[in-house]
Amino acid sequence: MLDILLARIAQKHRTISYPKGPAPELPDRFAGAPIFDPGPCPEDCGGCADVCPTRAICCEPELRVDLGRCIFCRKCEAACPENHIRFGPDYRMSVRKREHLWADGRALQLAKSLDAAGKRLFGRSLKLRQVSAGGCNACEADVNVLGTVGWDLGRFGIQFVASPRHADGLLITGPVTANMKDALLKTYAATPAPKLVIAVGACAISGGIYSGHEEAADGAVGILPVDLLIPGCPPHPLTILDGLLRLLGRI
Amino acid sequence: MTDISSKLFSMSNGRAADISDLNGMDMPRFRETVIDGIGRGLRLAAMFAHETDAGALRLWAILAHDTQSELLPLYTDCTGESYPSLTPQCPQAHGFEREIFEQWGLRPMGHPWLKPIRFQPPYRKDALSAPSATIGITDFFQVDGEEVHEVAVGPVHAGIIEPGHFRFQCHGETVLHLEISLGYQHRGVERRLMNGPDSRSIHYMETLAGDTTVGHAVSYCQITEALSETRAPRRSLAIRGIGLELERIANHIGDLGALSGDVGFLPTMSYCGRIRGDALNMTALLCGNRFGRGLVCPGGVSVDLDAARQAELLRRLEAVESDAASAVNLLWKTSSVMARFEGTGPLTPQVCNEIGLVGPAARACGVRRDIRQDFPSGIYEYVRIPISTHDSGDVLARAYVRWLEIQRAIAFIREQTTNLPDGPVRKPLAGLAANRLAVSLTEGWRGEICHVAVTDDQGRFRHYKICDPSFHNWFGLALALRGQQISDFPLCNKSFNLSYCGHDL
Repeated sequence: MLDILLARIAQKHRTISYPKGPAPELPDRFAGAPIFDPGPCPEDCGGCADVCPTRAICCEPELRVDLGRCIFCRKCEAACPENHIRFGPDYRMSVRKREHLWADGRALQLAKSLDAAGKRLFGRSLKLRQVSAGGCNACEADVNVLGTVGWDLGRFGIQFVASPRHADGLLITGPVTANMKDALLKTYAATPAPKLVIAVGACAISGGIYSGHEEAADGAVGILPVDLLIPGCPPHPLTILDGLLRLLGRI
Repeated sequence: MTDISSKLFSMSNGRAADISDLNGMDMPRFRETVIDGIGRGLRLAAMFAHETDAGALRLWAILAHDTQSELLPLYTDCTGESYPSLTPQCPQAHGFEREIFEQWGLRPMGHPWLKPIRFQPPYRKDALSAPSATIGITDFFQVDGEEVHEVAVGPVHAGIIEPGHFRFQCHGETVLHLEISLGYQHRGVERRLMNGPDSRSIHYMETLAGDTTVGHAVSYCQITEALSETRAPRRSLAIRGIGLELERIANHIGDLGALSGDVGFLPTMSYCGRIRGDALNMTALLCGNRFGRGLVCPGGVSVDLDAARQAELLRRLEAVESDAASAVNLLWKTSSVMARFEGTGPLTPQVCNEIGLVGPAARACGVRRDIRQDFPSGIYEYVRIPISTHDSGDVLARAYVRWLEIQRAIAFIREQTTNLPDGPVRKPLAGLAANRLAVSLTEGWRGEICHVAVTDDQGRFRHYKICDPSFHNWFGLALALRGQQISDFPLCNKSFNLSYCGHDL
């Protein structure tokens, strides 16, 4: 018992102060929201669009990136001869609508909170059922980590529950494989209304690098009504937390 | 008694061979060679099939000779629709044969458990003998008896975890039999790798099993380097090793925390949950991504470590080392934890060898099996990490082996970071050679990762076979549950912690 107490003292209090305090430091090589440097692209270039593995980049009429497809691999950054695109430190990328995920240098329309009725229901207690529909386990791991003491999702009344019957909504990862589609729909149906759906990661939003595979459905967005979209591959836990807190009106 | 390998072409890990030099044989000799080899203690690292230009189905087997560090590739060309199954004499082949049947319709006659393994659409549209693919609809082994009941769990199961189906046959609380039915995570990766490599190839590798990004990426890069006869620079091999061992540390710490949670011991659960994040952040220090996406690339690594970054890595490593020791050592001193861990979910070394178990699960049975020792490649050709084993084969052993590996990985990272070789971190790759077979084995944190590539006349992948360690080990979990309490299932499951998507691909 004494050992346990001594260990408790040695491990200290580690819950971050965010959102009241500043966000935790991110790695210097972190790939957050893309930054577009001004100035025209060389004529007929398209180098970035050509190397993008998920065809997330449009060059016409202006350079823009679909963050719902982007896997933040930085191949475009490496391919650009004139540094027009690079990935910066901004972790805030969660949105309410699919079309808000196009990044073109203007500020993203970050997720607004639920309406008054939604906040009354979920603002202080949001129980989520996680469904991995083909997820590779990275999004799942970074969602799981939010429950650990450093991030402590429980502070906000957010908790992951064992049954959709106990849930206020689903948090979906993965491109929705053909083999999971049925299970996903049944889980959604089993969740009592009113309910939310949160899509985490490029796969859940657009299929990610599995887009176009006949074995998967290009994400949850075409299958269920999605209330919050969190891009990334995987999104950093801070990006996920930022998205959830915005939805609940805590940020 | 002649050693089997003296008659056959053998190759080393991380090399490519001209297919015309390899061991093509007729089906009876193919079967005899595999059965004989496994009888003498070789292991089946991979078995797969692909179509040849002549319209036959070429069946490959890669046998691994651990003690001689040799790989024996064999093939036979099948023109019929069936062949006599290897599984009755070689249980290790069971999953591979089911997979080949599902993909190509080649029926292994006499296979004791021929049923869908991934519920995937077949590669050959006209594969008449291929089973229909409606997931979850299959014959589950059932035990008859008035007091026997059946418990079904999944695909969606409690927790933030990938889907799989578990069907228990129970008598009271005791599990008589567990059957595990997967395929829910099947994304069709191997199909897309055919005719590659292309712009998505490395990304498929990095997300095959999203928590084993570095393991699979290193395996893939070793394949492309073997096929193009490129040697990645020494400095990059050291950095790859650091990435692999950081991945091992992060996952093992996470597992020890989860095991604590499963027995209700919250101190270690809480601390390890956090410390795992610290380990992931060390990987992010290297490449910006917590899972190592973008770290490894064909020809080397894509990032370098200057003196400041090396110093920061060492500083964080020391913090993780002391925090982890403080958290994990509580486990061995707490009798309530040990009472749950000891004797739960045991496997014997005999079963381990019979089914071809790999990784910490095998080492926890006292079996000294580790690719870093048996088939060293990359940095492991220059540096040896002692093998971590424990004898009891139970949850305690699987936990304790992880703890030993964490400590040894920390020592390795410290040594490599302080002594990084000079030079570049990347070399450009030449084109991939035509008509080759390349095999690459890596000791991922779950165990042996095996990648095999067969190139066509143009140097493109005619076939790319991936065998995640989970493919071998899921059956180990099923066997470990026999005679156990059903309430110990989460604990046993976590003690293996296998990948669903690594199995399903």
